[in-house]
Amino acid sequence: MASVLQKCSVLCRSLPASAAVKAFSRSAAPCSLHTRDFHSGAAAYSQQLATVGASSKYGGRYTVTMIPGDGIGPELMGHVKDIFRYAGVPVDFEEVQITSQEGDEEAIENAITAIKRNGVALKGNFFHPPMPELLSRNMTVRVRLDLFANVLRCKTFPGLPSRHGDIDIVIIRENTEGEYTSLEHENVPGVVESLKIITAKSSERIARYAFEYAQRHGRKKVTAVHKANIMKMGDGLFLECCRKMSEEFPDIEYESMIIDNCSMQMVSRPQQFDVMVMPNLYGNIISNIGAGLVGGPGLVPGENIGEEYAVFETATRNTGKSIAGQNVANPTAMLLASALMLEHLGLDKYASLIENAVYKALAENKIRTPDLGGQHSTVDMVQTVVKEVEAQAAKM
Amino acid sequence: MAAGVYRSLSQGLRRITPFGSRLYSDEARTVTLIPGDGIGPEISAAVQEIFAAASAPIKWETSDVTAIKGPGGKYIIPQEAQESMNKNKIGLKGPLKTPVGKGHPSMNLLLRKTFQLYANVRPCKSIEGFKTPYPDVDLVTIRENTEGEYSGIEHMIVDGVVQSIKLITEPASRRVAEFAFDFARAQGRDTVTAVHKANIMRMSDGLFLKCCREVAEDYKDIRFEEMYLDTVCLNMVQDPTQFDVLVMPNLYGDILSDLCAGLIGGLGVTPSGNIGADGVAIFESVHGTAPDIAGKDLANPTALLLSAVMMLRHLGLHDHARRIETAAFETIKEGTALTGDLGGKAKCSDFTREVSKKVQEIE
Repeated sequence: MASVLQKCSVLCRSLPASAAVKAFSRSAAPCSLHTRDFHSGAAAYSQQLATVGASSKYGGRYTVTMIPGDGIGPELMGHVKDIFRYAGVPVDFEEVQITSQEGDEEAIENAITAIKRNGVALKGNFFHPPMPELLSRNMTVRVRLDLFANVLRCKTFPGLPSRHGDIDIVIIRENTEGEYTSLEHENVPGVVESLKIITAKSSERIARYAFEYAQRHGRKKVTAVHKANIMKMGDGLFLECCRKMSEEFPDIEYESMIIDNCSMQMVSRPQQFDVMVMPNLYGNIISNIGAGLVGGPGLVPGENIGEEYAVFETATRNTGKSIAGQNVANPTAMLLASALMLEHLGLDKYASLIENAVYKALAENKIRTPDLGGQHSTVDMVQTVVKEVEAQAAKM
Repeated sequence: MAAGVYRSLSQGLRRITPFGSRLYSDEARTVTLIPGDGIGPEISAAVQEIFAAASAPIKWETSDVTAIKGPGGKYIIPQEAQESMNKNKIGLKGPLKTPVGKGHPSMNLLLRKTFQLYANVRPCKSIEGFKTPYPDVDLVTIRENTEGEYSGIEHMIVDGVVQSIKLITEPASRRVAEFAFDFARAQGRDTVTAVHKANIMRMSDGLFLKCCREVAEDYKDIRFEEMYLDTVCLNMVQDPTQFDVLVMPNLYGDILSDLCAGLIGGLGVTPSGNIGADGVAIFESVHGTAPDIAGKDLANPTALLLSAVMMLRHLGLHDHARRIETAAFETIKEGTALTGDLGGKAKCSDFTREVSKKVQEIE
């Protein structure tokens, strides 16, 4: 044990330039199901969250479901597997593919069963099926597994130029209801009604998650984003749940902001935000603004957390259809997502290993794929990360 | 009303385009002016002063739109104001305050309903001299203004479950799409992008998108693109120069237009116009009434001034519009007469005087 600790500290010391990024990666830890800090007054479900260690472990190795998805998903998953192999990560992937063809219900069932069995998954994004009746497969996974919170952390990447500096925002988005219920009907030809559902249960749950996240990670402020001046009942209910929850966490500052003002503030002064919580659609908008502010869709990882399961993917959920198979996609987001997954499983040292290698590739080696304005290929980035991972893993 | 060009012979010297009247005579055009509340009166006065200095052929007819209780108990806009607006067709409006009181509707909502203002237009152009992290913005957001998520239809189905209804209709979507393409054509812009979330809201945004596609067929000279809302947001904050004219339903429009306003410096410098049925158009500043600085000669008239410039363009008075806009931008660029919100110490009257001086010097 002592020698492992010693090796870890050697690891930390050997990356002086990345000390800052190591701090970043540490505090980027998601709501890990292995964290055992209970606070007084926590509801029963949060106790559940902390104790359920839903992950398959056998012989010291974990099994994680891998769903490559469409577009750039498959190639990025291949790179994740390579890097895990070089790093010696004790994780085996159970690969389940769902095609976006209609009538593939059995495959979806298999995938969901596999995720339930393993508890944790790494996922690419699916194209949306052309038929209006089919619920998107991405949404199916989220709703069926009740992954109620979508969490992404938008933090300025060291060494990567951007218009705004010092950004460190955690966006917590309700992931199962709101405008994404796909309940629509055309009563009269040419007149379509689309239903947005807000429930007290989901709003309270996501609000509690947000405040507990803030408390657990030492964050100071939670901002609730809404449009309750127009949608008085729907967003009004959401806002009320957030406000009531804020009373249970008096040491965390609480404020609310209307979505249009929030968008304006995000592009003029994003440094003012800390943790943000919001319903589904606004979350979509703010996530994309946040990801764009720190460098784009290729960089930010995201996680979908439920009471029992966790699925990791890129934050902005792009399929990258136009660049699929061309070796130009930025693997950063998927690699960082896999690192978040390792932290979730408790494999912190492997998580840090991969994260630090990725940050180093961006900051020091200055690998820039086309989305960052450069000419490097996906493989360039992966090979740089692999070299660093090999070098550091040898010291472990 | 974006129904194409038609000549009205009985009108003699007037040729009515989708964008208001083109004046061939020297007659001044009467416009309804609604000063508004708070800083409204002083910034309206500033605009009038600058217009006089520019010799713009505009006659102002001041009106008060504070809602009164009409017959039947519902709040309505006063009769004289409605008549003035319907006669003049064109209006310029300062910020309005909604009085606090049960049942009193939002003033903006009331105006929108009364004159059927179906399209909200916000040109966002970076202002030289007012530095933001986004220096090259030049886009226009066109937002459907009557339906969508703002229908106000909500129910609590059971305790703790609320359903809000988003309404999308074919006529409204078609109308705003036609306006967007006409606008692009008239203003010499080359691309219209429809912003939607038809991957999630298949039928409602799908209908909106279908209408946009159909209208695009009639405007082959304008390039038509479609983009998901999240992709637009993602790309907007990385590179806003890739966008030209954006058309979208109500909620996305609300958010995106404010996002774009944030790119160029905020609501204090953003112009806005609302297009209604029967050729009515009301141009307005979208900031608040700022009661804390009202009456102290500290307000920034830029937003209202740029909206008035938009109004001049709508009327076909491009030369006057250019001169006034250039004078305003040059004054801001010089930086000696900036009001507090732009980082300076000058008074509203100083700024106005400076712009008036410049506009007379520009050819």
